Amino acid sequence: MAFISSGYNPDKPMEGRISDIGPRHFGEYLPPVIKDNFGKWDYHEIIEPGVLLHVGLSGDKTYTVRAATARLMTVTMIREICDIADKFCGGFVRFTTRNNLEFQVETEEAAKELKAFLNEQKFAAGSMKFPVGGTGAGVTNIVHTQGWVHCHTPATDASGTVKATMDVVFDDFTDMKLPAPVRISMACCLNMCGAVHCSDIAILGIHRKPPIIDHEYLDNLCEIPLAVAACPTGAVRPSKVEIDGKTYKTVALKEERCMFCGNCYTMCPSLPLSDGEGDGIAIMVGGKISNRITKPAFSKVVVPFVPNEPPRWPTMTKVIKKILDTYAAEANKYERLGDWANRIGWERFFEKCDLPFSEHLIDDFRDPAYYTWRQTTQFKW
Amino acid sequence: MAKHKTPLLDQLESGPWPSFVSDIKQEAEARAKNEKGLDYQIPVDCPDDLLGVLEMSYTDGETHWKHGGIVGVFGYGGGVIGRYCDQPEMFPGVAHFHTVRVAQPNGKWYSTKLLRDLMDIWDLRGSGLTNMHGATGDIVFLGTTTPQLEEIFFELTHNLDIDLGGSGSNLRTPASCMGMSRCEYACYDSQELCYNLTMEFQDELHRPAFPYKFKFKFDACPNGCVAAIARSDLSFIGTWKDGIRINQEAVAAYVGGEIAPNAGAHAGRDWGAFDIQKEVVDLCPSGCISYDGKLTIDNKECVRCMHCINTMPRALKIGEETGCSILCGAKAPILDGPQMGSLLIPFIEVNKDDDFQDIKDVVENVWDWWMEEGKNRERIGETMKRLGLAALINAVGVDVDARHVQEPRHNPYIFWKAEDVDGGWERDINDFRKRHQR
Repeated sequence: MAFISSGYNPDKPMEGRISDIGPRHFGEYLPPVIKDNFGKWDYHEIIEPGVLLHVGLSGDKTYTVRAATARLMTVTMIREICDIADKFCGGFVRFTTRNNLEFQVETEEAAKELKAFLNEQKFAAGSMKFPVGGTGAGVTNIVHTQGWVHCHTPATDASGTVKATMDVVFDDFTDMKLPAPVRISMACCLNMCGAVHCSDIAILGIHRKPPIIDHEYLDNLCEIPLAVAACPTGAVRPSKVEIDGKTYKTVALKEERCMFCGNCYTMCPSLPLSDGEGDGIAIMVGGKISNRITKPAFSKVVVPFVPNEPPRWPTMTKVIKKILDTYAAEANKYERLGDWANRIGWERFFEKCDLPFSEHLIDDFRDPAYYTWRQTTQFKW
Repeated sequence: MAKHKTPLLDQLESGPWPSFVSDIKQEAEARAKNEKGLDYQIPVDCPDDLLGVLEMSYTDGETHWKHGGIVGVFGYGGGVIGRYCDQPEMFPGVAHFHTVRVAQPNGKWYSTKLLRDLMDIWDLRGSGLTNMHGATGDIVFLGTTTPQLEEIFFELTHNLDIDLGGSGSNLRTPASCMGMSRCEYACYDSQELCYNLTMEFQDELHRPAFPYKFKFKFDACPNGCVAAIARSDLSFIGTWKDGIRINQEAVAAYVGGEIAPNAGAHAGRDWGAFDIQKEVVDLCPSGCISYDGKLTIDNKECVRCMHCINTMPRALKIGEETGCSILCGAKAPILDGPQMGSLLIPFIEVNKDDDFQDIKDVVENVWDWWMEEGKNRERIGETMKRLGLAALINAVGVDVDARHVQEPRHNPYIFWKAEDVDGGWERDINDFRKRHQR
């Protein structure tokens, strides 16, 4: 490999340097019909799963075909998307917040043709490249994090759990037969780089073993006061240890105080807490972001732990499928998963979804915990 | 021929959902073939080695990525996240595998030319792997080596006129819904406001000076498609002050079954005939809708939840006196538990004519307070919890309003100030003793 210079001169880093220019203005990338009707849309309809019609006050129409991606995409894949957008959409394409693609076409026929074309595209090993769906009262794509692919703190993988889950609930991606939209999110640790804390169903990687202390290296790699201050429960304190006659500055842990959040490890790489046996997944449900009918709500933990079972996480997907199917059968039209659980009562939710209730599900973290305990004699047998 | 055996990952190639494993494999093959004859600037086999290290994690249940080191481009304190593999001998192609965050066009609209130009840079100088997009909204270039960072930045800025996104204790890359570009519910131009504020605060985005990260998100209506209320330190959520506009003919068409409710969102199941009483009137959270052959909305009592508009988009339209509500302090659980955004400004005009100055003033005031009061690695939501919402309201200089609370306080522990109390707090003990013996 010969180094190819871009033109940058490392001896004169400021020469011709361009900085602080921000993103390109979005207006450069709007298809003509979008530009023409910007801020002047009248209404929309979902023609069929994955196909939207938007009508402008001008009477202009545009059809959107929505298709899934794996979020983790290669240059080869994105160039293929460009080929499709060039062929069908005049060279424009959009990504959604939930990692879907959206292609604009001019007629219903073109939309149906494109939908059929996208659904035909498959990888050599058989999975679809661009399954069309993700609209209306169904399951759309999963917002997720990096997991074992590229993150230093995960308790599970993200791409694999998402693939396994979406394979199991695929029918609800390509159809609209649920009472309301169901947003599934996935985060591989408590940092929650996805909106896991406010999702209908959330997959969350959790650790269950306190950090291991790398005493001989800690003081060289970490600022001890920062590691101590990082712990929200005061479980980390400065300490000294003697190893082979040599004294090391380090930290000590009150293990009973540890809630395995990993924040100390974020500040100090000598406190790793990843563990093949200890790590796994918590499942949370009942969160939402929309202000529609009810207020935005946090997700609640309903399964404190399922083990990591790569590559397909069968226990996790079985629980998710059971919750989703029970909700679909029981909830009222327009009722989000959390609103259904609130209406029937959470004690009934656990019963209907065949989920055991354990002490791990009773909140004991600071003041907000109190507000989740039952302060009434109203409950169901 | 694959470089590493990946029997576990191979099982993720079946099933209908797009397989990231198949995609990475096709990239590995494309790089091995190198039909364009590129002189790849980082190891050709990095996708193979990524699959290799991932298979190892699938086998032992633990990650094999180390903490990021301090890598970046000259003069910026963010935009690049260092990443190193903890098995570099086994997987040299990903030994150094840094992330580059690239600023996305707001609303995530692209021309194929822009995408191809981005891919050309990344094909030559990176792994060929991306996230479209990262959780905060950036284009994520996944995996390159330190010597390539300045080269990538130079080409992005000089050839494509695009900057890096944010990381670390700075303003993170702001993100917006697609708003007015293709949505009839947009109460303000979320993309333009997002773009304008992003450009205004470039220094805050590239040179971390905050106690911790700070996120802006822009939702053009209360449906909240980018989750601003849950995920951003300052959430700008579209709203309106006047009444919902009603087209009674279209209402009749919904009632008569000529138009499917909720834009056809429930078409996959037979829910029976549309019942406007059950599906709209009875579900209104403030009970402000009635129907007697004609739909009436008591707009004074409306809380703008969007349900009736979502259910009958051809009959009901958002009001015309539009703007946004600003909420502050949303975050995920780390460290102090999850927080929703708390209402800071019930209504503010979104005015492009004065370059959104009123909104910028709010932002500056919020930051001044947080940078003064916030502790290291304390999100503003946590500072608010520690010092109280009223402290922030006062710092921002908005009038206190009953809309700021869901309900008033549960305790009488009011921190009165001397100036609040008649006569102040200066008292003389001798004067007191004239009335009260020891």
